[in-house]
Amino acid sequence: MSTIIESPMPGKILDVKVAAGASVKSGDVVLMLEAMKMENEIFAPEAGTVKEVRVKKGDSVDTGAVLIVLE
Amino acid sequence: MEMYLKSLGELSASSGFAELFTLNVTFGPISLPGYLLMIVVSCILLYLAIGKGFEPLLLVPIAFGALLVNLPLSGILDEAGLLGAESTGFLRYVYFGAEHEIYPIIIFLGIGALTDFGPLLANPITFLLGAAAQFGVFVAFIGANWLGFNLKEAASIGIIGGADGPTSIYLTMKLGQKQILPAIAVAAYSYMSLVPLIQPPFIKLFTTKKDRAIKMAQLRPVSKKERVLFPIICTVVSGLVLPACVPLVGMLMFGNLLRECGATERLSQAAQNEILNITTVFLGLAVGSTMEAEQFLRVETLKIIFLGLVAFIFSTIGGVLFGQVMKVLSGGKINPMIGSAGVSAVPMAARVVQRVVQSENPGSYLLMHAMGPNVAGVIGTAVAAGVLLTLLTM
Repeated sequence: MSTIIESPMPGKILDVKVAAGASVKSGDVVLMLEAMKMENEIFAPEAGTVKEVRVKKGDSVDTGAVLIVLE
Repeated sequence: MEMYLKSLGELSASSGFAELFTLNVTFGPISLPGYLLMIVVSCILLYLAIGKGFEPLLLVPIAFGALLVNLPLSGILDEAGLLGAESTGFLRYVYFGAEHEIYPIIIFLGIGALTDFGPLLANPITFLLGAAAQFGVFVAFIGANWLGFNLKEAASIGIIGGADGPTSIYLTMKLGQKQILPAIAVAAYSYMSLVPLIQPPFIKLFTTKKDRAIKMAQLRPVSKKERVLFPIICTVVSGLVLPACVPLVGMLMFGNLLRECGATERLSQAAQNEILNITTVFLGLAVGSTMEAEQFLRVETLKIIFLGLVAFIFSTIGGVLFGQVMKVLSGGKINPMIGSAGVSAVPMAARVVQRVVQSENPGSYLLMHAMGPNVAGVIGTAVAAGVLLTLLTM
């Protein structure tokens, strides 16, 4: 079953910390999102393998945009 | 030789050095050279702005304006015909824009063009938090009056609690309280930059760990139609309810309409950048130019700075307590911390909420939820200024 990590707010991707195929633990930082000139860490909600990374550094995202898919 | 020495003597007599020690300010038994002291104060403000990063965009022009007017004999603030002045000094013209409340209103145009009211439109109930966080304005208003300030001075001091520099300057000048303008401006902008230090202890004092852990549902998307209609409706409704707030709220909403309508991108960019920056330079210089030794070096200045802090703290508390009420009314869906962002220091106050939540619950995101009350606070402070203005000029 897949888990989708969505953007909690509109902003710009500062850094993507994982690539497809990587294993993550619950609570790992998967990417950095800048909103209101503030850096926000986006965490993996559960352990799994990164199936897909839908964004890259520099992308602008809206609230609810799919960032990463875990399985 | 004698002629040279005489000329040299005349030159030194007409230099600023000779005047530097002429104006003395007394504090009880102590008498100090006013000009010199204000030059030191200006340098301290410059250090705080440049070295410590306290609102440098405004504090640097304020401090430099103060430095300029405290160099004796320059005539930079002279008004032709007054006190024997032959011509009008440059800063007197610059001051005109502050004296007639032009700069704060133009700055509101820029702020409107910079502000995304989306989070407020997505969750309009948070507007109430922006209103509740004006609590400190009225606490400080009463406190200042109790400490001996007259009602108009007290209102100008109280509005510092809204954490909105331009509104504080606007109300002070509109009420004709020029003598306390520098203290008000310095206090308002200092506390805005100290938001990350002042707010967290009071947020934690009035919320439990469980409260702070409340996760809020994602905000709904806001349509373009809503974004375009909001500034127009807000202007008409607030203008009809409280006509005194039309200049501030009206220009704030005009700027926002330029941003959101999609047809005036160039004007929106100009309002956000050139217009806002140019006006900020002149507003800062104008405020600094009022910092003459006799006006600024008084015990009242310290009282105003203290009362400003009280106002700011009570606004934070008012917002959080109303956040608690909304938490109960919403069945635990609203995190009461976002109430603290109801002061209008945008987006610092919202960032503070996010920082507090992130330090305790990584993975909880309240930044955008806090932006709702935060932008509502800008309108709230402008409305509070309108209320005080109406009450005191009736």
